[in-house]
Amino acid sequence: MEIYEGKSIFKGIAIGKIYYYQKGKQQVKREKIRDVAAEKARYEAANEKASVQLQALYEKAVKEVGEANAAVFEVHMMMLEDDDYVSSIVNMIETQHVNAEFAVASTGDNFAEMFSQMDDEYFKARAADVKDITERLISVLAEQEETGDIGNDPVIVVADDLAPSETVQMDKEKLLAFVTRHGSANSHTAILARTMNIPALIGVDIKEEWNGHMAVVDGRDGRLYIDPDEEILTRFQDAQKKELEARKLLSLLKGKEDVTADGKHIKLYANIAGVGDVANVLANDAAGIGLFRSEFLYLEAEDYPDEETQFLAYKRVAENMAGKKVVVRTLDIGADKQVDYFKLDKEENPAMGYRAIRICLDRPEIFRTQLRALIRASAYGEIAIMYPMIISVEEVLKIKEIVASVKKELDEQGIQYGDFEQGIMIETPAAVMMSEELAQEVDFFSIGTNDLTQYTLAMDRQNMKLDTMYDPHHPAILKMIRMTIDNGHKGGCWVGICGELGADTTLTETFLKMGIDELSVSPSFVLPVRKIIRETKVK
Amino acid sequence: MKSFNYVITDEVGIHARPAGLLVKEAKKYESTVTIVKGDRRADARKLMMLMSLGVKCGEEITVEIEGADEEAAAAGIEKFFEETL
Repeated sequence: MEIYEGKSIFKGIAIGKIYYYQKGKQQVKREKIRDVAAEKARYEAANEKASVQLQALYEKAVKEVGEANAAVFEVHMMMLEDDDYVSSIVNMIETQHVNAEFAVASTGDNFAEMFSQMDDEYFKARAADVKDITERLISVLAEQEETGDIGNDPVIVVADDLAPSETVQMDKEKLLAFVTRHGSANSHTAILARTMNIPALIGVDIKEEWNGHMAVVDGRDGRLYIDPDEEILTRFQDAQKKELEARKLLSLLKGKEDVTADGKHIKLYANIAGVGDVANVLANDAAGIGLFRSEFLYLEAEDYPDEETQFLAYKRVAENMAGKKVVVRTLDIGADKQVDYFKLDKEENPAMGYRAIRICLDRPEIFRTQLRALIRASAYGEIAIMYPMIISVEEVLKIKEIVASVKKELDEQGIQYGDFEQGIMIETPAAVMMSEELAQEVDFFSIGTNDLTQYTLAMDRQNMKLDTMYDPHHPAILKMIRMTIDNGHKGGCWVGICGELGADTTLTETFLKMGIDELSVSPSFVLPVRKIIRETKVK
Repeated sequence: MKSFNYVITDEVGIHARPAGLLVKEAKKYESTVTIVKGDRRADARKLMMLMSLGVKCGEEITVEIEGADEEAAAAGIEKFFEETL
């Protein structure tokens, strides 16, 4: 058995025989031609045919990986028509009297070289796109078949490099995994592998002699086992079985409603910590975002993020979620999340210190900037605003006063905004005890079980010594949750859970029976929780 | 000639897809549309040249529009930038 390492693109497992894939190597020879017009016509016909192939490939890709990922082939079609690319080829045929293949190959090399010299990884990777269209044109000119044939049995494809078009052309039924020597995590091929859920490794020192040998691709650890021994084989067969079950769950539950066996609709949302997580939310089919931690905007920055930066981030998430609810939690720093430029004092007991809404109400200029950005973003989707660490009705009244004044300011400036809900995190015992009164002032509650547990049990959740005693299932917590739900409903609020307990599938049934309206969980927990929702009767 | 400045907010900059869309947009007009980044210039109708500018998030570019329909073109292109990039 031999073990190789590479960079993992998709964290899946594949077990099977290796197919060593080689491109139909096209040797392009420089030839002198006599009939320039005929050679130009050959090129033009080839260009047209390549364009038709790409159109077909685009349509195949739309079906398999969705429009956004298929767009690469639309770009390829445009590259084929690019003025500079076309005129370079035609010009070479006309002035140097060379064959179309040679003109295409040289032009392709020049443009690929231009991209590979750029200093940005993304743009560098575009050299592969130029090579891809260039090879396609040459194949058409040489009257070769389209590439991508990998035989009739399921295989792990090992190759020097793969072009996006080759990836899409390969028969997905027979494609267990990719292993390549070249390629980057930014390449379209990598993106396609991720979307098609195909385990893939790049940067592996591949060998032709592996052809036909058994192998295991472990996308979780970025390892490739050639001729795996009995133990490795059994270990990965088991792991693969589990993975398959999870994937089955996905295909069974994707697109299904979050409704209990006796017909109650539940809002099953996802938690995110940045704009980049939205894709994961959509891939796991959550009905909205129940907790958008806005801290990342502050943690990533060197100085207070301005209104425009924040507005664009919120707007983008709202737009990407296309009308689905996006609950944004206002700044929650302090305690374990520190930001230098806030210049916060070192505290003895930061979890109970100057943090979250306490900072916002004390330094309203920071809070107003965030609120203006959020309220402006409400014009572009279903934004809801949620305030953390609330302990009293007075705080909520102060917040509402600030919100009213921000809205007035926007009205005066003629800046548009939409309707938005406002709610609070219930994460302090005080908020639970005051939930009846608080419910009169807001539209929703979201229970933050992590902090609620640490404050209720008086146990620091970062103290390792308390790990064995720290019990989030403590009856006191469950009583608090029940009380919050009951009081919230009395005051006309919807009530959700966005803490870790929301994703604890051993408690899902209990929460549903208590009358919970919303659960917001990490994207990967959406479908397992959906399964339980659909199996549970709440009455 | 009309011109405006724009700071790119798209995370990866003027990458392949929006560059492709920009080409389509620019081809709608008779005017020439030029993207200027520092001392480099690219015709917005030429996809590869446009991408070779390597415009990244946070960078400021100048867009120059010149021709018979420059009024309409400037408005259309500016709107395109705001919505897409």
